[in-house]
Amino acid sequence: MNLREKLKKSRDALNRKLGLVFGEGVDENTLELAEEILLASDLGWELTELVLERFRKEFKLNRDSSWKVILVDILEELLPENKSWSSDAKPAVTMVVGVNGAGKTTTIARLSQAITRDGHSVLMGCADTYRAAASEQLALWGERLGIPVHTSIEGTDPGSVTFDAIKKAQTLKLDHVIIDTAGRLPTQKGLMDELSKVYRVAGKAMEGAPHRVLLVLDGTVGQNALPQAQQFMKFIPVTDIVVTKLDGTAKGGSVFAMARELNLPIRYIGVGEGADDLVVFDGRTFVEAIVGGND
Amino acid sequence: MFDKLADRLGQTFKNLSGKGVLSESNISDAMREIRRALLEADVNFKVAKKFVAEVTEKATGERVLKSLSPGQQVVKIVNEQIVELLGSNAEKLELTGKPPHVILLLGLQGSGKTTTAARLAYLLQKKQNRRCMVVAADLQRPAAIDQLEVMAKKAGASFYCDRNEKDPAEVTRAAIHKAGLAYNDVVIVDTAGRLHVDSDLMEELERVKAVAKPDESLLVLDGLSGQDAVNVALEFNEQIGFSGAVLTKMDGDSRGGAALSFRAVTGKPIKFVGIGESVTGLEEFDPSRMAGRILGMGDIVGLAEKAQEMFDAKEATKLQKKIKTNSFNLEDFRKELVKIKKMGSLNELMAMLPKGMRPAGADLDSSQFTQMEALINSMTTRERLRPEIINGSRRKRIAKGSGRTVSDVNRLLKEYRTMKKMMKRMRSTRGMASMFR
Repeated sequence: MNLREKLKKSRDALNRKLGLVFGEGVDENTLELAEEILLASDLGWELTELVLERFRKEFKLNRDSSWKVILVDILEELLPENKSWSSDAKPAVTMVVGVNGAGKTTTIARLSQAITRDGHSVLMGCADTYRAAASEQLALWGERLGIPVHTSIEGTDPGSVTFDAIKKAQTLKLDHVIIDTAGRLPTQKGLMDELSKVYRVAGKAMEGAPHRVLLVLDGTVGQNALPQAQQFMKFIPVTDIVVTKLDGTAKGGSVFAMARELNLPIRYIGVGEGADDLVVFDGRTFVEAIVGGND
Repeated sequence: MFDKLADRLGQTFKNLSGKGVLSESNISDAMREIRRALLEADVNFKVAKKFVAEVTEKATGERVLKSLSPGQQVVKIVNEQIVELLGSNAEKLELTGKPPHVILLLGLQGSGKTTTAARLAYLLQKKQNRRCMVVAADLQRPAAIDQLEVMAKKAGASFYCDRNEKDPAEVTRAAIHKAGLAYNDVVIVDTAGRLHVDSDLMEELERVKAVAKPDESLLVLDGLSGQDAVNVALEFNEQIGFSGAVLTKMDGDSRGGAALSFRAVTGKPIKFVGIGESVTGLEEFDPSRMAGRILGMGDIVGLAEKAQEMFDAKEATKLQKKIKTNSFNLEDFRKELVKIKKMGSLNELMAMLPKGMRPAGADLDSSQFTQMEALINSMTTRERLRPEIINGSRRKRIAKGSGRTVSDVNRLLKEYRTMKKMMKRMRSTRGMASMFR
């Protein structure tokens, strides 16, 4: 199944709903429907209000276009700017953070796989020394994908694992290091302090590291996305967003609202656990999936 | 949890209560605010819509608007509606009949099934004296078996897995058989996370369920999830069926909207909530207490329970004696600090108090306790037992040893002296010492 098909699955339900009103032209009904779509995608109250306000205006100007297209255009305009990322550093150090169960480890495995496929070398470092069997999970991925992994035993200081992983990558002259961290709710202050320590230690192992910090969010997340990201950023400068699990019926609208509010680029989206299921973010496809798109 | 919703509703209630006369437009403004509060708390938009419609209908009746305190009446209606939404009775697990009883855990990836499996085993063993076996039927996620094995050990439960078997239904069958032989009376089956739109995996789950014939099937839902939680719940219920839910990651900032929508949409109860990081972090869900929290009335029962858990009769008698003889020393002080810390973060505890009883502007920092503990820890035993010997040079040493300053040491000693003075006073007032009983 390719990405388009997967996203389509989540759109189908909406399209059925949309079909019902299509013939009826524009009225309060459409407005209400648009509101429903936006709210149901977790866009949140504030952004929904903003979009609807623009929608009313745009509608008067473009009576000929389908209202779905208008909605898609408005949303696309609201997305934060998305410059491509590259780093001259060698190794380029990427730290991956997020709450428990967001999909960090799977994301790392798939990201490393993509890097290898592009002909670059990568080391995966497991600084999740808290969760039971976290390093086994990453080690298994490494074995499957033929990618080197640096782990240590449960309970080791995550900073020291990070330090060693970066040093190892330097010695082996690898292009990338990706550091997995333990999932944590940002309300747990002790764990968050630990995270900023890991960040500082990375900088000691190599100047300028980590070169990017990916915050991974579960696509089903609700209005907690914004405070969550804000709290993470109090402790560690997040540079990019990854949204996972968008192959279900969730749309990730709250991540959209958060990325916009904080002006952070959404870098990748996860649409499953398969080899090709971590894809580079495409704004148009993303907002089309929210609205139900034009098939 | 629910803090944000409680705040917003509280504001709306305040605006309403102050009004002697309510117009239709007052009410519609208030309803708009309530709808917004619900949506921001991730309550499903359909549930929010219905909620507001029902409240509006009840609130615009003649009797309410013409009553002496229309604002209060509306507040009351909203309160009742929230209690109704959550359901009023706490529903426990139904584990009756012939053991072994089977509990099946299902849900999306990353919702917290494996952690919940271990926590549930811990809770049932501790509270109901059950002998639990947890079963690794998640054969998808790499190292899921290892994770469960480690966590089962932490929970003190038996563990079953079969690393060569590829069929989770077969693992489940074998596990239940073995549990019967080993006199385990509860079998908790941890299944792989799956999406409700993945028909292959849903079929597999159906087969596991058919083999397990569970007494309870619990849907494990991420407490952080938004509008989609309802879709997930409905799909799982239709395709597999479950008897209740466990809401995870309900610490601090969870909006809890899933909790408010779940029952309204599925008609099934929430049975547990998951909190914190450790294996002890599972609590039975009590809707009326939850409603209390949402409505700013606190959760005194929950607070008392927490205190009860930490309570140790022997220690209490000792402490009482110490107070009587005025020999309360820094070592005792330290023990009390540790006890309070174990009850959870101060902010969490404060959230369980009714709004009016919370200290103003409080963003309490549990780290103060940690600092005090560190200070006491770097004292010698003699200093702890006879704090009066702590002179200038000892103070310097203590400050150095704990990474604090001398003025921190002074502050701690002052706190200790104040506490001791208070105790002295209590001793002289008859009956006050029974506070500690």
